[in-house]
Amino acid sequence: MDQKIIFLTILGMAVVTYLPRLLPTWLLTSKSLPPLVTEWLKFVPVAVLAAMLLPSLVIQDEQIYLQPDNLYLLAAIPVALVAWKARSFFGAVAAGMLLVAGLRYLM
Amino acid sequence: MDSKNLRDQALKGIVQAIPIVLGYLPVGTAFGVLAQKAGLSTLNALLMSLLVFAGAAQFIAVGLFSSGIAPYTIVLTTLIVNLRHLVMASSMAPYLKHWRKPALAAFAYELTDETFAMHSAQFVSGVPGQVQVLATNITSQAAWVAGTWLGAVAGQFIGEIEPYGLDYALPALFIALLVLQIQNYVQVIVAALTGLLSVALMQLGVNQWNVLLATLLGATIGLVLEQWTKRSSS
Repeated sequence: MDQKIIFLTILGMAVVTYLPRLLPTWLLTSKSLPPLVTEWLKFVPVAVLAAMLLPSLVIQDEQIYLQPDNLYLLAAIPVALVAWKARSFFGAVAAGMLLVAGLRYLM
Repeated sequence: MDSKNLRDQALKGIVQAIPIVLGYLPVGTAFGVLAQKAGLSTLNALLMSLLVFAGAAQFIAVGLFSSGIAPYTIVLTTLIVNLRHLVMASSMAPYLKHWRKPALAAFAYELTDETFAMHSAQFVSGVPGQVQVLATNITSQAAWVAGTWLGAVAGQFIGEIEPYGLDYALPALFIALLVLQIQNYVQVIVAALTGLLSVALMQLGVNQWNVLLATLLGATIGLVLEQWTKRSSS
């Protein structure tokens, strides 16, 4: 892909990323969002992460694939445990990459 | 405020960012390698880390770039993925009432999952000086950018990424963010339902839009569930 188009896409990404970060800090210092909207927004992070994550774990070559040699799915369990027990974002990512690399080496 | 005080504040802020730096350097490096493999120039990879500074969205974007997806879809996906910052920024706002708009603008620019987690733990017991807070943010982004640069350069010498497990950086990142987000059982149900919806939509041929549709539906189901449990328990 053309680097200029990539750059323009990055600019677009920058704008749509900055506005949700900025606007609440400017506008919500005195008032707050309606309670129902706040409640709904509270579910967005969990929902969007799950919506992106699960397909990447269970779909291979456009098919649902749940065999034990699906490394993505297999590694998800220890990664979740590390994240949960150690409360460590970095530890979980490192564990995941090491585990997948190690299993590939052994298989 | 005298200059010694300012320097102390800045130093405190930098020291406080160390746990984030330890995470951002290696993950940023992974991002840099993947960006290089997706065909981004080193300059564009660096610009993305400078201008966007949102880990998950950046990983997704390079994935989409390498599969040749239209730019507007990449921007839209970024918007959806980063809508969660609305929640974080809203919960920071009350603590920063006394800050002026330019300082808030600088703060918001570097509001990520990790800087948010650090600030929200700290702000409860008192908001430190602006210089300290901003120094934590700037140090964090510096580590992310440095990691990106390392990765983009190293990527030129790495043939395949699979033997290093680099392709698993993003799924692992999602798992960690998801687990760290979950605080109650309604959220567990929402996560499970939304994930399944997203898979189902994809199997039905709704590619690219499955994340948006599943997210909107999933968050709405969560809201309904919560209102319902509140009502039945009161």
